[in-house]
Amino acid sequence: MAKPPDREKKPRDPGNPKEDAIEVMATVIEPLPNAMFRVELENKHQVLAHISGKMRKNFIRILAGDKVAVELSPYDLTRGRIVYRYK
Amino acid sequence: MHRAGLIVWEVLNELRGMVAPGVSTLDLDQVAERRTAERKARPAFKGYRGYPASLCTSINEEVVHGIPSASRKLKDGDILSLDFGVELDGYFGDAAVTVPVGRVKPELETLLRVTRESLDRAIQQARVGNRLSDIGSAVQQWVEKHGYSVVREFVGHGIGTKMHEEPNVLNYGEPGHGPRLQEGMVLALEPMVNQGVPAVRVLSDEWTAVTGDGKPSAHFEHTVAITASGPWILTRPKEVTGNSW
Repeated sequence: MAKPPDREKKPRDPGNPKEDAIEVMATVIEPLPNAMFRVELENKHQVLAHISGKMRKNFIRILAGDKVAVELSPYDLTRGRIVYRYK
Repeated sequence: MHRAGLIVWEVLNELRGMVAPGVSTLDLDQVAERRTAERKARPAFKGYRGYPASLCTSINEEVVHGIPSASRKLKDGDILSLDFGVELDGYFGDAAVTVPVGRVKPELETLLRVTRESLDRAIQQARVGNRLSDIGSAVQQWVEKHGYSVVREFVGHGIGTKMHEEPNVLNYGEPGHGPRLQEGMVLALEPMVNQGVPAVRVLSDEWTAVTGDGKPSAHFEHTVAITASGPWILTRPKEVTGNSW
């Protein structure tokens, strides 16, 4: 009996914030190509961050000097996801 | 698993011999059920996710999972897919064959032959060291070379102590991807091949899958173990060699 291929697919976690992500405050240092940014965290670490899909969809623009919220994956602390821009 | 597979083989062969114009698909289902009980096995499909019968009988444009019915009588010129599986002592076997009813058009003979050959090719790829997608790639290449299309909405599957286990065995794709095949893996390989478009839809009975354009479709399947000495078709006796069906 043939099997529909998606039968065993686990439901995707819809969650924002993403699972296990650490949310921290940061300041944008410089914009980089591909909608990436170098941001400086409160602890002075610099990480590479991209814009979350939700922000990209809503055309939230980000400039150097903006205060932003960044989610860090516990697995790779050198990269993050910008999830909010403060006014 | 081989013992379960042999029951599937015997039943499918008996059903194949019964196929003739005027026979209802329910007649076939009842024979399958009776033979399975005589051999102290359990029909694997019955009750599986609510499936109401022991056998799947899919005629012409029906791709897979046709439900046997007393009112559905075979006609001269039909092609009929028989898909059957059993559980014996906790292990499963699953196989399918598509057969002509009476005399069929030469183009249908060709569809059956190419689909069967695509299963032959899939089985040849079921070797230690190959990758999973080598199987699907072999099927797709052979099928599309003949101008037919591969069904995407249903796939083959791992099989063992459950009927459907990991991994999905796609009947299409690029070669060289996916997990490496290892000794001891058992896969149900089952190309479903449409004469027309690859799309299928499921009827309101929630089981019967038909081709999107109403053109005929064929389906062949074996349960195949990967061994150090090559593929071993569990759903037929070891003495039988040559083409898969």
